[in-house]
Amino acid sequence: MSRVTSIRRPPAGYIKMLLEEQSQLPTSPLMGVNQLRSKAVDYLGTLTLPTKRDEAWRFTDISALTKLLFQPVSPVISLENTDVEHFYLEEATTRLVFVDGVYAPELSVMTEESGVTVVKLPSADAIHAELIELHLGRHVDLEDNVFATLNTAFLHDPAIITVARNTPSSAPIHVLFIATQTGVASYPRCLVVAESGSSMTLIEDYVALQGSNYFINPVTEIALADNARVNHIRVQRDSPEAFHIANCSVSVGRSSNYQSVSVALGSKISRYNLNVLMDEGAECAVDGLALIADSQLSDTHSCIDHSQPHGVSRQLHKCIVGGKAHAVFNGNIMVRQGAQSTDSVQSNGNLLLTDKAHVDTKPQLEIFADDVKCAHGATIGQLDNEEVFYLKSRGLSDNVARNLLTYAFGAEIIDRISIPSLKHQLEQTVLEQTSIKL
Amino acid sequence: MINKDSKTILEVRGLHATVNGVEILKGLDLTVKSGEVHAIMGPNGSGKSTFAKVLAGHTAYEVTAGTAMFEGQNLFELTPEERARAGVFLAFQYPIEIPGVANSQFLRLTYNTVQAQRGNEELDPLEFDDFVREKMKLLEMSPNFLDRSVNEGFSGGEKKRNEILQMALLEPQLGVLDETDSGLDIDALSIVAHGVNELVNKNNAIVLVTHYQRLLNYIVPDFVHVVDNGRIIKTGDKELALELETRGYDWVGVEYQAANLAMATQGAA
Repeated sequence: MSRVTSIRRPPAGYIKMLLEEQSQLPTSPLMGVNQLRSKAVDYLGTLTLPTKRDEAWRFTDISALTKLLFQPVSPVISLENTDVEHFYLEEATTRLVFVDGVYAPELSVMTEESGVTVVKLPSADAIHAELIELHLGRHVDLEDNVFATLNTAFLHDPAIITVARNTPSSAPIHVLFIATQTGVASYPRCLVVAESGSSMTLIEDYVALQGSNYFINPVTEIALADNARVNHIRVQRDSPEAFHIANCSVSVGRSSNYQSVSVALGSKISRYNLNVLMDEGAECAVDGLALIADSQLSDTHSCIDHSQPHGVSRQLHKCIVGGKAHAVFNGNIMVRQGAQSTDSVQSNGNLLLTDKAHVDTKPQLEIFADDVKCAHGATIGQLDNEEVFYLKSRGLSDNVARNLLTYAFGAEIIDRISIPSLKHQLEQTVLEQTSIKL
Repeated sequence: MINKDSKTILEVRGLHATVNGVEILKGLDLTVKSGEVHAIMGPNGSGKSTFAKVLAGHTAYEVTAGTAMFEGQNLFELTPEERARAGVFLAFQYPIEIPGVANSQFLRLTYNTVQAQRGNEELDPLEFDDFVREKMKLLEMSPNFLDRSVNEGFSGGEKKRNEILQMALLEPQLGVLDETDSGLDIDALSIVAHGVNELVNKNNAIVLVTHYQRLLNYIVPDFVHVVDNGRIIKTGDKELALELETRGYDWVGVEYQAANLAMATQGAA
């Protein structure tokens, strides 16, 4: 049975339709969560869906989304471990699995790691309840971000991970979102609170069991206190028919270090907004790869906001675009007045594999401080003929030479993923897409 | 080494080639027989590197006249990859970097591709690992270079060693070394040259394209050719290289023009 219904109503009413089942959400034991939800519903009354007339959406037309109506799903289709274990990562001893947005305890594994706590809202103790109130919904912008607000309106059973003071890094935590049904909307939510001096690795992983269409609207908030380290790996391998519109907001505390690698492979239309707010002496490395073909659209909007002095940021974002696909990159580096001695390097490389492939890129530096070291740049191109010739002169056919170079272009980002089994999975995916046998 | 019973590996006749419509090679002739080492020398812009790239089949260069027979096949009818599989190898002046692809993966891919085309057994990763480590000893390369991305972060000397390593793996009949000595310090030069010398035998041949005589102290040529303005204007033995080192290239051109003038005068008379 499909829940997708064609509609011909204007987008203004679309949010209202998405919200239809929102009122049926059970009341949360945390008052703060209930307040957050109702605040989000209030904001949604004033917000409209973006169109290409909005600057932040001028390259990304989501009107295809508004032609379909998606509903939250319940009850969840029950899955066995054997159905999904190929998505599991051997390095991750803690795994939180959500099926169509609903927490699946039977597929999840909690390992007691000292200092690392996975909090479930209904059983949150007073200390964690306080942390949640302090951070949940506090890092992401609700007032004029319709999709983050929509997610917040459906805030129900988020993945909350807290890492206590001075907890050394342990096994990575795998948060796995599995899409199984057609026509459903899901609103995954993650909150990571890394307290002072702690270190952790988060793998946020979006997968699909079949090539169905659905709408997935995740929000992730990550708060790093002083001297904390978070390694954040994000993999979007949703169904090729899916709509994936995600927001991630990160607050990097004093002298903290945030590393992220995000890989976008799936979805018909995907959008990832990443906002990183940098405190004094904070460091971040924010890398991304979009590998898309056919008529996929993949849009990454990032903002690294240096608001205090001595911040260091590095960003390498790459897009490999085949078929009639369309990649968008908008990378903003903001260096505010007073953020002296900021050191920032951003680069964006784009590889167009066909005549019909398309990329829009906009690397931006906005500098309001006078003592900074900043560089940025973007390249768009096809494969370099000298490189192709080099490989052909070693006996490789034209096709293999081009595929190998395409693979290598993406592998530079995948190489930065610190989880061997995930890295291997993604390398295999890229090898398959480029038909290379190594 | 010049042998009596050698066979002809490469025969180039009247080669003309252009790049972006500008003629660079203007009637180049060269015969290379098995067991021989040929040095192609000449000033910058004389066409010597162009010659190397034309032999390997670089698409930026258009052959407008002339022939090149390689072991009885018309080289210009083959694609670059077919030439490589047939046994032509070009060691690049500037080898490319391929971040994200391990050197071992790349070397095995090229080795197996060429072996398959030659009807030989391919090697699996373990077999290849043993095989390539043995070849690396020849070039005093650390096995660490297998795990690193192809040429990424390699020094100039390391890149050139990696080129000769590929030559050792692919076992070409004709190795064309384009400015392999450029950017090498004396230690690296002697290691690279040692590797090349170990690979030369009575069945294959080497063409060294170089600007400087220095390399020829280590790889001793049987023939030294001077290229100027797109053709070979003088051929000699290793002594010619030494003479070029002390006297430069100008006198060769002057001598060549004088000889041409004399011939023209004779013809007129």
